[in-house]
Amino acid sequence: MTATAGPGTVLIDYKAGNLTSVSLALSKVGVAHTISDDPDLVRKADRLVFPGVGAAGQAMSNLRSTGLDKALLEVVRRGDPVLGICIGCQILLESSEEDGGVECLGVLPGKVKRFDFSHLPVPRPKVPHMGWNPVEFLRPHPLFDGIANGTHFYFVHSFYPAPTNAKNTLGTTEYGGLSFTSVLDGGNVVATQFHTEKSGEPGVRLLKNFGSWKP
Amino acid sequence: MLAKRVIVCLDVRNGKVTKGVKFEGNRDLGDPVEMGAEYYRQGVDELVFYDITASAENRAIDIEMVRGVAKNVFIPFSVGGGIRNLQDMRDVLLAGAEKVSVNSLAVKNPSIISDGAKAFGNQCIVLGMDALKVGESEITPSGYEVVVKGGRERTGIDAVAWARRAEELGAGEICLNSIDADGTKAGFELEITGKIARAVSIPVIASGGAGSPEHLAEVLQPQVGADAALVASLTHIDGYTVAQLKKAISDAGLPVRI
Repeated sequence: MTATAGPGTVLIDYKAGNLTSVSLALSKVGVAHTISDDPDLVRKADRLVFPGVGAAGQAMSNLRSTGLDKALLEVVRRGDPVLGICIGCQILLESSEEDGGVECLGVLPGKVKRFDFSHLPVPRPKVPHMGWNPVEFLRPHPLFDGIANGTHFYFVHSFYPAPTNAKNTLGTTEYGGLSFTSVLDGGNVVATQFHTEKSGEPGVRLLKNFGSWKP
Repeated sequence: MLAKRVIVCLDVRNGKVTKGVKFEGNRDLGDPVEMGAEYYRQGVDELVFYDITASAENRAIDIEMVRGVAKNVFIPFSVGGGIRNLQDMRDVLLAGAEKVSVNSLAVKNPSIISDGAKAFGNQCIVLGMDALKVGESEITPSGYEVVVKGGRERTGIDAVAWARRAEELGAGEICLNSIDADGTKAGFELEITGKIARAVSIPVIASGGAGSPEHLAEVLQPQVGADAALVASLTHIDGYTVAQLKKAISDAGLPVRI
């Protein structure tokens, strides 16, 4: 790295879960990256991976208290590539029903809803939605290069993204009779509800594609 | 549609995968990291690593092994045996495991389930339980009792009641092993699997008794209701591939990830 080069790909550490798996999967496919909780470094990132497990409320309060929310928004607005994963996908929307209602980043219009199958007869679909489920790609995208439409990815979540505008849905998944948005498309920001780092070879391929994506 | 999962369990003893059905007369089968990577290549949905001697020796799980697996296997895997406290859970998760499994520790100290779920999320905590058929009685209305130490010690706890309690405490999943079926190759114990699958709303992994690929299809049928089936000797000893197991599940009309 030369003295003038930026930090390259940054994996944001905002203390919302475990970064080990994402970091190992990025390394596996040769995407060099820095793990950082420093807003100044995040702000300068050429490419951001925004993961997360746990609850939306905790994730948002960690982001706000560290100033990482503003740094992240700066990268988003500058047009550099950003990949959100799981909670990192959900909190791109305006609000979440989790934790009694949480205001989120508002990068894209829409909200995060809880799976509610109370209208269905027992035995009802289990919540969290956990396991491998196919993702239907609504249109081709560079992040899906080399990945067949309908490929299974690994999910663990009780809440799902519900963007207001149909154009922000890049992939969908069916669970309990509900078709929900499992891949969000915000131009230079793409986010997966599934754990791409735990989704086998198609998952690491998506990370590899992200590493060379030029939105 | 959400796929039914095939899970391969690797019992690890002194750093080697061992045939873990009986605790005596173990046979070393290979290196856990290499074997995990091989099942990953075969398309297994999840792996379980169980350190079968850690508890007895009162030591933590081999973290280097967990790291080695995490570098090679990009699917969820859980680690059990030798989890003594929250710090052990944290170490295992930070090394790259997706879940931790607690069994006898949770019987002794149920709050480890709620503490673990609060600290790391419900999805991280798997309750492993061994059930023995004892007949219906006042203390075991389901007819099944929770046992520990590989079935050698009874607890006086009803299996279905324990599964419900674990769910309330925040377990994200239950891995139910039938002591009666384990090692018989006669098929999973459908009765207790069905009872527990109906009693809780978290996923249930059936374990113990698989002798053919068709046995997996049987326990995953909606009438029984397991979400995942766990095998060990079927792949380690009998030489079935993960694809052969999944084909039997798919042939029975159930969704799998091919």
